[in-house]
Amino acid sequence: MKRGLVALVVGLLFGMGLTISGMTQPQKIIGFLDVFGNWDPSLAFVMMGAIGVHFFAYRIAKHQTSPLLADTFLVTSNKEIDNKLLVGAAIFGIGWGIAGYCPGPAITSLVSLNSEVFIFVLSMSVGMFFYDFWLKSRN
Amino acid sequence: MDQAWTNALLGGGLIGLSATILLLVSGRVTGISGIFFGVLKPVKNDFHWRLMFVLGLLFGGFIASFFLDSPFINLSGRPLTAVVIGGFLVGFGTRLGSGCTSGHGVCGISRLSPRSIAATLTFIGAGIVSVYLISKIIGW
Repeated sequence: MKRGLVALVVGLLFGMGLTISGMTQPQKIIGFLDVFGNWDPSLAFVMMGAIGVHFFAYRIAKHQTSPLLADTFLVTSNKEIDNKLLVGAAIFGIGWGIAGYCPGPAITSLVSLNSEVFIFVLSMSVGMFFYDFWLKSRN
Repeated sequence: MDQAWTNALLGGGLIGLSATILLLVSGRVTGISGIFFGVLKPVKNDFHWRLMFVLGLLFGGFIASFFLDSPFINLSGRPLTAVVIGGFLVGFGTRLGSGCTSGHGVCGISRLSPRSIAATLTFIGAGIVSVYLISKIIGW
C-alpha cells in the first residue's frame, strides 16, 4: 500500500518533469537529434538536470543497507556490454528518431487524448510483446 | 537564459528527484519501458506499484499541462506510418536493450554504469543517424 503511494507520487513528479521539460513534444526530440540540420540542443539540459540530481542518490544509497520501505536495492550489477544491449539501443534510437517519442513521454502524453499518441503506445506495446515471441521462436 | 532551456533544466531536476525517491524509498530503478511492460504482462506481486507509477505519469502530465501552452501538440510533421513503425521499434528495441532514456540515460548514467553509458551513446547516435537519413532520403 505504502509502496503503491510512493510509486504514484514518483510517477506524478516524473510526468510533470517530462511535460515541463519539453520531452512530450516530438518536434523538440527530433530537433535535438537533428544535429546536422536545424539543431535544438535544449533537451540536453533535461539529462543534465536529471543526472545532476540523481547522481547523489546512488552516493547516498551506498551508505544505506536497505531502502526505507523495501528489503534490498534492486539495481543490476551487470557490467557486460554485449551485442544484445547495443543492437537493442540502436533499434530504439532509430525508432526514437522516426517518431519522436520515447516510452515515458509517450505514456504521459496519453492525457492529451490525441489519437496519434494512442497509436504510438499501442504499436510500442506490440513491439514489446513481439520481443517475447521472437525470443521463443529463436530457442 | 532561454525559457526552453530553463524549463528543460527544471523538468530534468524533477525527473532526477523522482528517480531519487523511488531508489531511496523502494530500492527500484526508474526505467519506464521496464515498469510499463510489467503492467502489460504482470508478474505476481510485482504489478500494483507499476500500475500506480503509470497512473502517476498521467496525473503528472495532466497537472503540468495547466501551467504550459500546448505541451502535447505534435508539430513533428511525421506521418502516421512513421508513428506506427517508430512505436514498434521503440518497443522492441527497449526490451532487447533492457532500457530506454530513463533507465539507461538517467538512472544508469547517474550510477556510472558502463552498460548504460554505452547504451545511451548508441541510442542517441542511432537517433541522430535516423533523423539525418529521414530528412535526406525520405524528406519528412
